[in-house]
Amino acid sequence: MPGLKPLNIAALLAALLAPQAAHAQLVHNEGIQIGLSTDNVAITAGFSGADLTIFGSLEDADPQIARQGRYDVIVVLEGPGQPVVVRRKDRVLGVWVNTQSETFENVPVSYSLASTRPLQDITEPNSYKQLSLGLGNIYMQPAETDSNATDIQDFTKALRQRKSASGLYSENVGGVQFLSQNLFRATVRLAPDVQVGTHRARAFLFKNGLFVKENSAQLEIRKSGFEQMVFRLAHNHSIFYGVFAISLAMLTGWLGRVIFRKD
Amino acid sequence: MGIYLPIAEISVNVFVLLAMGTAVGFLSGMFGVGGGFLITPLLIFYNIPPAIAVATGANQVIASSFSGALSHMKRGTLDFKLGGVLLAGGVFGSTGGIFVFGLLRRLGQLDLFISLLYVVLLGTVGGLMLVESVNALRMTRSGAAPVLKKSGQHNWIHRLPLKMRFRASKLFVSVIPVLALGAAIGFLSSIMGVGGGFIMVPALIYLLKVPTNVVIGTSLFQIIFTSAYTTLIHSATNQTVDVILAFVLMAGGVAGAQYGAKVGQKLRGEQLRALLALLVLAVAIRLAIGLFVVPPDLYSLSALGLD
Repeated sequence: MPGLKPLNIAALLAALLAPQAAHAQLVHNEGIQIGLSTDNVAITAGFSGADLTIFGSLEDADPQIARQGRYDVIVVLEGPGQPVVVRRKDRVLGVWVNTQSETFENVPVSYSLASTRPLQDITEPNSYKQLSLGLGNIYMQPAETDSNATDIQDFTKALRQRKSASGLYSENVGGVQFLSQNLFRATVRLAPDVQVGTHRARAFLFKNGLFVKENSAQLEIRKSGFEQMVFRLAHNHSIFYGVFAISLAMLTGWLGRVIFRKD
Repeated sequence: MGIYLPIAEISVNVFVLLAMGTAVGFLSGMFGVGGGFLITPLLIFYNIPPAIAVATGANQVIASSFSGALSHMKRGTLDFKLGGVLLAGGVFGSTGGIFVFGLLRRLGQLDLFISLLYVVLLGTVGGLMLVESVNALRMTRSGAAPVLKKSGQHNWIHRLPLKMRFRASKLFVSVIPVLALGAAIGFLSSIMGVGGGFIMVPALIYLLKVPTNVVIGTSLFQIIFTSAYTTLIHSATNQTVDVILAFVLMAGGVAGAQYGAKVGQKLRGEQLRALLALLVLAVAIRLAIGLFVVPPDLYSLSALGLD
């Protein structure tokens, strides 16, 4: 029993000394912080897409690595998840008809990515896969698993293509710029038909091609007062909304006749 | 200038919409139709989701037909009784149409069905009207006086039971074809976002032999209610009526309609019908091409659980 005592003391000493030793070797424990200038974006009548700027900083960065530009940052603004149906047209009797379809659960409505450099220059494809980072790696969960794998692959690819074509999924290489050694600015694109809801901004820090840390912040995108009111009315008081739409049409018709009467 | 549509959830150019509304209003004033058969395809070409285009089209039609019906009411060329019976049928037709609309939307075949209906109906109506009006034009050119329809002429429709007298139309006819016509128009109205004037007008003239001067007023009167009912049901069940979109279209439409009506008065009846026929056929052909040409993208996305 007493023989064990010196061992314990040694372990204790080692544990106590360890942080100091690490400090002496200047091992940096980097962190990343992001801040949004606003925690909600309002879509007004004149909205036609926008650029959203996200500021961020590196914590405890190694000045030498920063000078050499070996820190990389990728910022993603991800829209709320939604189930999506992808349909494929085939020719039936000469007419193009929607035939096969595949439902995916929890597909982010929008996904805008900004990075310091082209993605292939930052890190390995495998680590993107692990982080499910990048347009090609957004995980799309098919609702039914009985369809065959090649079909699901085709539909997943088509889903990404359609989203990219509509501007809802985008990559902005060079969209993240370092303003100083620690401070960076990311510009992500909001498409004209961006969905309302809670979006999540995520920032990923890479050092020498290795993933270090991730941080996230939430952003509420909502319709502005009037647009929101119309939308809510249409969904929560739909009968009243319908009556209003009809009255508006009749009033416009009557006014049009009074103002522009030609007989 | 962009404008954000809160229901369609996209941003579009307000001047394009105004121009669209004015152009369609002009044509509808000129030809005495609601213009729904033009506005809905135009909206779809302009990337408005078909479900929204249809429901909003119906809303827009109310404005133009109400405006038109008011002037007919003043001139006394509106048969309220006939319109009322057509309307009773229309309520059943619309309800059925909205049910089918929701069903097709879930199946993902709504776009196809709308396009097919448009191609078949516009193609048929446009073709028949073109033949009839070209014949009329040739007759007048050769010097023969245009043959007027005699109100005493009878066909199988006039042998049906349950007859009713419509004084303003000088008509004594069974209510069955009137109700059926109303129901058919109501069904089309809710699926295609049209008032149905382009079918109602020829059907009243050629099938029921209603005097032409009463036809347009009565058709407009019943269209107000059919499209109002359609608008209401679409708002309640599908939430696809975009009032902002509808209002911009109406604003252009009511202005255009009054100028169109003025131009229309300067043209002869058969010339007008020939022009309208060409217009209807053009829309049909444009939509038909869309059905047969390889689409630019075979895949399409839609959100699940819209209904």
